[in-house]
Amino acid sequence: MRLEANKVSFRYDKKQPWVLEEKNFAISSGEKIAILAPSGYGKSTLAMLLAGYLQPDSGTVRLNEEPLPTKGVSPVQLIFQHPEKAINPRWRLHRVLAECGSLREDVLSGLGIQKAWLDRFPIELSGGELQRFCVARALMSGADFLICDEISTMLDVITQAQIWNTILAEARNRNMGLIIVTHNYELARKVADRILDISR
Amino acid sequence: MISDQPAILEVSALSVSFRMYDKGFDQKDLKVISNLNITVHPGEVLAIVGSSGSGKSLLASAIMGLLPNNAAIKGSMHYKGQPLTPNRQKLLRGTEIAFVPQSVSYLDPLMKIGKQVDGYKKPYPTEKRRAIFRQLSLPDDIEKKYPYQLSGGMIRRVLAATALITEAELIIADEPTPGMSLDQALKALTMFREMADAGKAVILITHDIDLAFKFADRITVFYAGTTVETVSTHDFQTGAAKLHHPYSKALWRAMPQNEFESFPGFQPYAGDLPKGCLFSPRCPHKIPACEAAVPEMRTMKGGEVRCCHAT
Amino acid sequence: MNQILNCRTLNHRHILVLFTSIIGAMVIMAFLSGKLIPDAAAAVNISQKNLAPSLQHLFGTDWLGRDLFFRTLKGLSTSLTVGVTASLISAVIATLIGIAAAMGSKIIDSLISWLIDLVMGIPHIILLILISFACGRGLKGLLIGIAATHWTSLARLVRAEVLQLRSQQYIAVSRKLGKSNRWILIHHMLPHLFPQILVGVILLFPHAIIHEAAISFLGYGLPPEQPAIGIILSESTKYLSSGVWWPAIFPGLTLIIIVLLVDRLGDHLKLLLNPHTAQEQEDTH
Repeated sequence: MRLEANKVSFRYDKKQPWVLEEKNFAISSGEKIAILAPSGYGKSTLAMLLAGYLQPDSGTVRLNEEPLPTKGVSPVQLIFQHPEKAINPRWRLHRVLAECGSLREDVLSGLGIQKAWLDRFPIELSGGELQRFCVARALMSGADFLICDEISTMLDVITQAQIWNTILAEARNRNMGLIIVTHNYELARKVADRILDISR
Repeated sequence: MISDQPAILEVSALSVSFRMYDKGFDQKDLKVISNLNITVHPGEVLAIVGSSGSGKSLLASAIMGLLPNNAAIKGSMHYKGQPLTPNRQKLLRGTEIAFVPQSVSYLDPLMKIGKQVDGYKKPYPTEKRRAIFRQLSLPDDIEKKYPYQLSGGMIRRVLAATALITEAELIIADEPTPGMSLDQALKALTMFREMADAGKAVILITHDIDLAFKFADRITVFYAGTTVETVSTHDFQTGAAKLHHPYSKALWRAMPQNEFESFPGFQPYAGDLPKGCLFSPRCPHKIPACEAAVPEMRTMKGGEVRCCHAT
Repeated sequence: MNQILNCRTLNHRHILVLFTSIIGAMVIMAFLSGKLIPDAAAAVNISQKNLAPSLQHLFGTDWLGRDLFFRTLKGLSTSLTVGVTASLISAVIATLIGIAAAMGSKIIDSLISWLIDLVMGIPHIILLILISFACGRGLKGLLIGIAATHWTSLARLVRAEVLQLRSQQYIAVSRKLGKSNRWILIHHMLPHLFPQILVGVILLFPHAIIHEAAISFLGYGLPPEQPAIGIILSESTKYLSSGVWWPAIFPGLTLIIIVLLVDRLGDHLKLLLNPHTAQEQEDTH
């Protein structure tokens, strides 16, 4: 399977400057590519284009030569930087896991999700705990490509290690393509096969 | 440079708890900070490193006297040798103790940037403010803009300016560089480093160890609302051998440039704290004594540690 | 509040339940007693006319000798029925219109917003009178009239809430997990909307009662055989100048008290349903 962005350009408004201009990107199943750059270079925008959250102003995003599916569970899942925004604050957390369609005990225990947390509301948990739910949701949805947009930037190093080790194990087992958006060079080096620096 | 001067801020055995609604009508007390000890000296940068939810942001509010009504405080805080009472906190806030907050929500969205940073006391320090903006590489026209027109990086620098303009002796920065790359963060915080070098004291509250390494003189490790170890940055960077608390060692080993090794377990809740050492449920070396009582902070080879086993 | 009740600290939740129970009890009592009191109790009895309040007749009697206490209760029960029904109908209309505006195309949204502005621009009483007149005065006309004029502010609220929810990140994530618009509306948005709508209904309720009373007072609402507070007040004003004050004061006071209590209930509920203010304590320092 192959996910490609061909000459994509994007800006948020006609009056704003271009965030991305004619950028190309390609990833195949089993590859792990890190997109490295400081903030302001459009890494998150590229991530959202690749996952179909935004439409490019010009250029195309293709999955296996076809445009990204708009209905049904998307095979390209994106995990955001701030888990509090990606979870409905009025939902108990077990609903968040149920939303992805399947429940896998090995993923939950790998991420260290405690049974006691399932009955709680998001406001009662910390950012690190919430992010585990977002990662679990994306992994259990059966995605072929996983885009992680600065998912551990707001987390402490231990939680970061735990989450990434689980993601890497799952990616290996399912031959998933992994896109790691980060500004942390050490993390990129440890997790990815290839580093793409888009600030140049 | 640092420790020969007496501490400018001494916090000992600080506890902060909140009354919250539990099931139905009950209210319970959430102990978000317990037995916290820190000392800061003029001329140094102390980094307080802990995961999200560990209560470290509340420490800043406690020192400034800005906790909400349903908070109860115990323990003692001394500033320049004198106790820090609520009245004294009111006087010192914004004059001798300054705070650099976390997010743009601390800025008034309806007020222009220049006016906000100038403050409300006349005469307005406009020239000084312009000089600080220039030093922070902020464009000149920013003073006429509103917060929503600024990028994230600019907001950070404006928030830093609000503290720098006060000439405070003690600056508390709460996650001042969230999500910034190390280079950007260093640029943003250079002014604080310079102020520390000039004799002020800076407390840096962060979850980012890399930032603490590059920037701080001493690091205090925070876990579940309490301080578990304080070491010099140099010792922390050397490796797990120089660290005494199992949590600090776990932090070091988890870093991607080291072993990238995770550590099982999770931080206990403020409403559900274990009796005795707060780390004991996760600790591989625990003995019955750990669960009986909270260990005291002990001085040890250039630092302090709160552990039964530390040698 | 704690000093008044002379007990240990009551928190917001205690106060809310206290209020709700009191109001609930009053409303239910008034409603039931209105239905259960035989017409005979408030029957015309000329020999007893214009008696001042006493133990036998708690609110006194009016110019036809009818016991005012029972008449007020019956009237209150009618007013409450009309109020609740009209509020509920209004709330349903408001929710549907608000959701349609927020989820539909830009054209539909503009159309509905224009309609809301139009209806809001016309003074309530005039519109109410026109509608009840057009529907043939009486209970039906009154209900339609009140429901058709009171949906606007709640509709705006629902529209604003749904618009804001639409742009939330977790809604976009839900779509990528394969969920349809309908699923998202029911499972994600309704839990957010429901507390707002509930508060909206409770705050609409006093409006509806007062307007019903006003319309009936003006003679456009219910006929005098179905006494509601408005009618009672309307007829009583004729006798105020002759020193017979009780037929006007007591029913009026009862109405005001109920309306105020329901309004306070709505405010407390709003505070508790908003997670930001939910943890506030009564200021004891």
